[in-house]
Amino acid sequence: MTSLLLFGATEGGLFDFDATLPLMAVQVVLLTFILNALFFKPVGRVVEEREGFVTTSRAEAKQKLAQVEKLEADLRDQLATARQAAQKLINEAEQDSDKLYREALALANAEANTSREEARREIDSQRDAALNQLKSDADKLGDLIVERLLAAK
Amino acid sequence: MGLLPFVFPFAELEVGQHLYWQIGNIRLHGQVFMTSWIVIGALLALVVIGTRKMERDPRGVQNLLEFLWDYIRDLARTQIGEKVYRDWMPFIGTLFLFIFVSNWGGALVPWRLIRLPSGELGAPTADINTTVALALLVSLSYFYAGLSNKGLRYFEYYVHPTPIMLPFKIVEDFTKPLSLSFRLFGNILADELVVAVLVFLVPLVLPVPVMFLGLFTSAIQALIFATLAAYYIGEAVEEHH
Repeated sequence: MTSLLLFGATEGGLFDFDATLPLMAVQVVLLTFILNALFFKPVGRVVEEREGFVTTSRAEAKQKLAQVEKLEADLRDQLATARQAAQKLINEAEQDSDKLYREALALANAEANTSREEARREIDSQRDAALNQLKSDADKLGDLIVERLLAAK
Repeated sequence: MGLLPFVFPFAELEVGQHLYWQIGNIRLHGQVFMTSWIVIGALLALVVIGTRKMERDPRGVQNLLEFLWDYIRDLARTQIGEKVYRDWMPFIGTLFLFIFVSNWGGALVPWRLIRLPSGELGAPTADINTTVALALLVSLSYFYAGLSNKGLRYFEYYVHPTPIMLPFKIVEDFTKPLSLSFRLFGNILADELVVAVLVFLVPLVLPVPVMFLGLFTSAIQALIFATLAAYYIGEAVEEHH
């Protein structure tokens, strides 16, 4: 009985081929077309669109990154030149102020010298005048003394 | 009715029993069609729900569908090659999904609770008609793929690399569908039988690991069938130099 059931000598059995086979094949082919239209095509379109989107976004981002890096380098250059210019300006200003200071110092020195010279000259002249006066006074006094002494005699 | 003398309510063994539908003078295995329609219905429902409102940032079922799509694309691309995999991806994918859902449906859904006048519901892939139909479709596909891609130069494949290979390659054309169909049929039927026998003998606990093993086998068989189908198509369209 078992073998009869298994090998389908009569009705049924495991290896009972009939119209199920071609109909199932047709069914699967139909399912293939339906799934192609409902599943594979739309999902594929969405997935590939996304892949394209990701690729283009990544390319764009890379481009932007390159741009940013270029700008950054430019900026760094500009900053360096600006810093150099500022340094130069500072140096120049320092030199200028130094020069001005020296000039002012020299001028002040010269002024001080001249006024000192003047003062000395004045002192000299006044001293001379005083000495002369003194000398003439002394002479006068000497004369007077001599006269008195002579008169007393 | 059963192969074994005792009959539990849910643990009956019916091997080789079919529910026949007579249409004109052709006969169909009704239980196979019933479950295959449920499988197809489930697949279509999933696909329709998942693709109803697709967005660039996937949500919900769309994620699952995209995962499946990606999986199938990788499978088809690695086996068939970059050039023509797009043409065959729907076929490979349908084979995979149909077999996978059939197998898991057979393993997970307690079909035996639904009583039929004759035979019992189960995975459509546990019927030899289904597996042979699928295997013959694969044979037709790879012939078609080879002929449409390379024309008559397809037959160079039979004498490649030497003409000594000719008889082997011809035999291969017969063994490919035979092995494809019997591997699937045998694995799924054997799994159903093992579970049924274990449930019949020890209705509690013991069948559970075997059921898990059955889920594993089911998934693996679907993958093997789809991979081999893709490989055969890839072999047929491959350019020899």
